[in-house]
Amino acid sequence: MGGKKELPTRVTSLGRLLVFAGIALVALGYALDPHQMVFENVIGFLLFTSVAAGAVFLVALEYIGGAVWSVPMRRVNEFLALLTLVTPVLALPMFFYLHDIFHWLHPEALETDPILAGKSPYLNVDFLIIRFVVVFVLWNGFAFLFTRNSQKQDETRDPKLTTVNIRLAAVFIPVFAITLTLTAVDWAMSLEPHWFSTIIGVYYFSGTVLAALSVATYAIVRLHEAGYFPMLRRDHFYSLGALLFAFINFWAYIAFSQFLLIWYADLPEETFWFINRWHNGWEYVSVLLIIVHFAVPYFALLTQDSKMDLKRLKVMSIWILVAHLVDLYWLVMPTHSKNVSVSWTVIAFPILLVGMIIVVLSYKMKRTNLVPVGDPKLERGLSFHL
Amino acid sequence: MTDKHLFSITALFDTPDEVIHAAHETSQAGYARYDVNTPYPVHGMDKAMKLKPTRLGVFSLAFGILGAVSAVLFMSWVSLVDYPLIIGGKPFWSWPAFVPVAFEVTVLLVAVLTVVTMIVLFFKFPNNSHPLHDTPYMKRVSSDKFGVSIQADDPKFNERDVAAFLKKIGGKEIASVYFDAEELITPRRLFEPKFLAILAATALIVSGATYVIFNQIMFMEPFSWMSTQVKLKPQRPSELFKDGIGMQRPVAGTVARGFIPYAFAGKPDLAGKNLVNPLPMTKEVIERGKSKYLTYCSPCHGNFGAGDSRLRGQFPNPPTLHSDKVRTWPDGNLYHVMTEGQNVMPSYAAQISRDDRWAVVNYIRVMQRAHNAKESDLK
Repeated sequence: MGGKKELPTRVTSLGRLLVFAGIALVALGYALDPHQMVFENVIGFLLFTSVAAGAVFLVALEYIGGAVWSVPMRRVNEFLALLTLVTPVLALPMFFYLHDIFHWLHPEALETDPILAGKSPYLNVDFLIIRFVVVFVLWNGFAFLFTRNSQKQDETRDPKLTTVNIRLAAVFIPVFAITLTLTAVDWAMSLEPHWFSTIIGVYYFSGTVLAALSVATYAIVRLHEAGYFPMLRRDHFYSLGALLFAFINFWAYIAFSQFLLIWYADLPEETFWFINRWHNGWEYVSVLLIIVHFAVPYFALLTQDSKMDLKRLKVMSIWILVAHLVDLYWLVMPTHSKNVSVSWTVIAFPILLVGMIIVVLSYKMKRTNLVPVGDPKLERGLSFHL
Repeated sequence: MTDKHLFSITALFDTPDEVIHAAHETSQAGYARYDVNTPYPVHGMDKAMKLKPTRLGVFSLAFGILGAVSAVLFMSWVSLVDYPLIIGGKPFWSWPAFVPVAFEVTVLLVAVLTVVTMIVLFFKFPNNSHPLHDTPYMKRVSSDKFGVSIQADDPKFNERDVAAFLKKIGGKEIASVYFDAEELITPRRLFEPKFLAILAATALIVSGATYVIFNQIMFMEPFSWMSTQVKLKPQRPSELFKDGIGMQRPVAGTVARGFIPYAFAGKPDLAGKNLVNPLPMTKEVIERGKSKYLTYCSPCHGNFGAGDSRLRGQFPNPPTLHSDKVRTWPDGNLYHVMTEGQNVMPSYAAQISRDDRWAVVNYIRVMQRAHNAKESDLK
């Protein structure tokens, strides 16, 4: 157990290849059609944010919940938390094309539209950049502190570091709630500056946790199969599957709540958002989203056995990550095009994400113990029984 | 000991791992009639005991489908057949509104009926006694120990072998559990008079108590300082009057406050001759008239009284207010038209107060003057 391990060179070089391919595709997309690509960039940015910020959240969740079952595999999430450093870099190209994505940025719209003018104290470029910087500084700061304390514990075996991380987590959870809501409002909701939904932050949060959890689940199961996590048992995998299942339901609950409230109130300033997603082919995407993001994973993970079936878990992890991508596409793209037209550019950022995950994992695994050997809860986590 | 029968031989274990191991060994040894008792659910037990999945889940699924379908059917019947109401301009059959209710009914039916099924079908309610109840063994396995009990009706059962076997697999405090002979005869006692009587009594007491609490006790007044008064209330009977009606009709000829009956109903000529505009031609009055005119008159007469409003073509067009006829009308005629209406124009007496109607008259005069301005007005 413990110890620093290396991924096979085959996997590492595949990761690097995917990163280069992803960057090349993004660059090509920007060269060919920057107006289309910048919207793909918004989706890609939200996808990266989901995995990165979600990983930090899962680490904090373990500490604040006092969970023991996830201790042996916590490092995977700690490693993935490094993506919070990469994500803002990927967001940079968007700042050159802000005019293309944000209608509230157009001065002629601000002049004629009193609603947009009224929202301008919040929706302006300076404040947007300030929020962006603050949000990522906070996430990176917390990710750094969590992982530093956890890694220090490998050597010192000091149980006090766990207490420190629990306190950090208690601070982080409300900070996360606010920062993630700001991100969802800034990059998803303000695409339609007239539209508002008070639940959008929670909606994005449910997808965020699912994305981070599915990446972690896939990585953990795959590493277990390759012999990196020999001590994990079905009890651990069951817990991962149960958490996935729970958040599938949570997403459906939140998504339906958002729809029901807007449908019931029937206010034109809110309903147009759903009407846009129910015309010109978007209605098929909407129905597809319900099936892909809820119905299929719900039945696939419903039974007790399916949550312990490693093959099922792997398939469903990938499935849910793709479903989250569809969700983000559905959230962002109708602003860009009235009709559904899937361009090849949609694959650029997911390829980059997969590559980045492999690169980050192999980078961290070489330097850090794969199992937090100094954690006082590790013993109990290893002998965890349902 | 003649009326005592051996029910089972029990053994205690210290940890869940030990009891899972013991259960595994017991099923491996070929015992079929045995049970494991633990203070909390131990996962993996069904596998160790080689239990088939319970059929209770099938019942739950059936109840869930029943709940969802019946909730949707009920709401559809209510909103389509029994009491169709337009709510928020939505179609009668608005399925999104049904989802939360159907969800709740589904959960409710599954939870309640599954427990009832479990108690009736699996625990053989109302038989509530089991030989293991009230034994030292049960006291331990419901607090801090884990137990295995191999029953005497097992085909492989042999008192000495079983005790030795339980000792071999690590059991402690091996004990025999006996039960009375009368417990042996346990037919279904669902229709026993005693049980039915208790059931009926429980139903009566619970519903009676509910009725008394919600209909009597909840409406008892702790004190009635000012809430009960001897006064007339609208829409309530009263003993003060002979006919017992609290809300009496006003005396014939009563006039409401601030209301003066219109004396020239149906007599426009007399109105023109006799009515005098009480308001002066001041700026305030004209502003007031303009505001009322733009609110109530302009939709048909147009903003400047030319009869060219945006409703043109949808209704018979009102004639222009700048015709010679209207310009030469006395103020009283204009006032009369607003009060009584004319042709398709309805009365505006309910919308525009008396004084405001006179203000509108003044404003119309201003517009007529502006429309036919004289040279001298330009100065």
